[in-house]
Amino acid sequence: MSGHSTYQPKSGFSRWMDARLPVGRLVWDSFVDYPTPRNLNYWWTFGGILSLCLGVQIITGIVLAMHYTPSADHAFNSVEHIMRDVNYGWLIRYVHANGASMFFIAVYLHMLRGLYYGSYKAPREVLWILGCVIYGLMMATAFMGYVLPWGQMSFHGAVVITNLLGAFPVVGETITTLLWGGFAVDEPTLKRFFSLHYLLPFMIAGVVVLHVWALHVVGQNNPTGVDPKSKADTLPFTPYATVKDGFAMSVFLILFAIFVFYMPNALGHADNYIPANPLVTPAHIVPEWYFLPFYAILRAVPDKLMGVLAMFGAIGCLFALPWLDTSKVKSMRYRPQAQLYFVIFLVVCMVLGFCGAKLPADPVIPGLWSPKVFDAELNSFVWLSRFATLYYFAYFLVVMPVLGLTEKPRAVPETISSPVLGDADKKD
Amino acid sequence: MRRGNPYSRHGLLKKGVTHTNRSCHGTSTGRRDQKRGDLLAPPVYIPRANLQAAYPSLARHFEGDLQVADPAANAAHTGEDDPSRRDFIHIAAITAAAVGAGAVAWPFIAQMNPAADTLALASVEYDLSKIESGLQVTINWRGKPLFIRNRTPEQIAAAVADDGKGMPDPQADADRHKEGKANWLILIGSCTHLGCVPTVGGGEYGGWFCPCHGSVYDTSGRIRSGPAPKNLVVPEYAFLSDTKVKIG
Repeated sequence: MSGHSTYQPKSGFSRWMDARLPVGRLVWDSFVDYPTPRNLNYWWTFGGILSLCLGVQIITGIVLAMHYTPSADHAFNSVEHIMRDVNYGWLIRYVHANGASMFFIAVYLHMLRGLYYGSYKAPREVLWILGCVIYGLMMATAFMGYVLPWGQMSFHGAVVITNLLGAFPVVGETITTLLWGGFAVDEPTLKRFFSLHYLLPFMIAGVVVLHVWALHVVGQNNPTGVDPKSKADTLPFTPYATVKDGFAMSVFLILFAIFVFYMPNALGHADNYIPANPLVTPAHIVPEWYFLPFYAILRAVPDKLMGVLAMFGAIGCLFALPWLDTSKVKSMRYRPQAQLYFVIFLVVCMVLGFCGAKLPADPVIPGLWSPKVFDAELNSFVWLSRFATLYYFAYFLVVMPVLGLTEKPRAVPETISSPVLGDADKKD
Repeated sequence: MRRGNPYSRHGLLKKGVTHTNRSCHGTSTGRRDQKRGDLLAPPVYIPRANLQAAYPSLARHFEGDLQVADPAANAAHTGEDDPSRRDFIHIAAITAAAVGAGAVAWPFIAQMNPAADTLALASVEYDLSKIESGLQVTINWRGKPLFIRNRTPEQIAAAVADDGKGMPDPQADADRHKEGKANWLILIGSCTHLGCVPTVGGGEYGGWFCPCHGSVYDTSGRIRSGPAPKNLVVPEYAFLSDTKVKIG
């Protein structure tokens, strides 16, 4: 994007190194001299925050693995050993457990940023899909990590999620047996989940490298959705983006620390402090908060296989997004109608998350009578999640393709700097 | 692109090139542009108008294409530029590599299936005399809960009375217990929806109720409502005596 390199090795050693392995040049070109659109706002700082989250998870995770025992008999006790006996073990484990939630907060904001400003549109399709791959790997990693403490929620969460794959005809049972390494979730399952939980973050790191590489090939999107056209549209990464990212990371770490030090168990479930018992399922089984919307979609569909397909389809829509959106305008800043549907989508995602945490048959408004439709009363969380699921899919499969063809967007500026500096600057 | 450019075509016409680089695969440009059979010979580009006149015998093989192999180079490799032989080597090499990769992958996938000791622990014996009428015990079998329920006559009657009713997975109560042992119902206590453990006595039929997603089973363990698609599974078991049962 930036054309030729402007790196000037200063010392004798850096000149020697530059002729052999130009790492310094790579860093300079990618993180110092790299031109960033001058109008990036704080929604663009989550890439840096996410790298920080991955780093924190890998470091705390490696330390935890030094004290943890991946065995059905000892896993729960070894986690308690970390919490009570290991020096600062409580801190490291709370950072790791809350770090997962922080990671998902950041990734959801990062994805919504992309959704709003059209960052998935040409030429950034591959960049977006790599991001979706990272998100998928994150979900797999988080799920397997949650199983490791071998508490009641760990165990029965693993039972429910692995049984999802059993819904597929013909191959379903073979796949679940292969995953379990037995006839149920048991010792072999825990051991392989531990191994994979250790592996996947490094796979994420690998895909992150591709993600950043793709980003540096096509350049960053920006709030106008108009690609930079001249030097007047960009600023060097350092100091402008580094300082902005650094400030955003500091603010994010304050939120992180509030959770770690003041409410470390607020995002977890109390039942996971009960050792796993295969013979008793907790009365109300829920996944971690970041999976709740998908869990609600799963339960909204009355058929087992269709429910599983809907849940995976909800994630699949993201991969197809670059080709579902027909709008020629990237940023929703200039698409007032799209903004409306986007806000509804946001609300619907939160409603789905809320429904996922509730019992399906419970009433949404207590005490309100409603007719029984199909299999449940209309005033129930299962029906609310059905309506929300309908909108979720309609947003991707109907609104995105149709709106781009029918809407009338506002005028898009010709360059990034023109709306800032006025028409006088629009000479080239 | 290159074919449409008279300058590059002219440049490649130099015969000297063909003698300086005679690797088996030809030059990189020649490899990309040439037709299959000419991989062994570096390319020569000939204006189309001259093609018929210069090589009348070859021209008909390359309709519309301005490239042919240098016939002199071809002659030197007679017998080696047979396209089917080269294809065979490629296909054979790729096939051997694929089979090898599969053979290596197999043990790495198969190791995930249940180990021999897991399979060996697959049966369990239980003394039924401890279970009073109307009660159920839950034991661990293959890592899963196993329900052994001593049904009351009323519960059996309720299950038999519902035999003909519409159910998602129709089955008669008599097919779900051993003959003459109608009170002993032995089931895998794993909801057929997503594997949670249903609670005994719950739901409107007094059978089982799954707390996870609201599946309701009757006193025969048959699914009556909710998302579960199948009845609670009856495992393979046999009565060793009146009070002893072997499961698995």
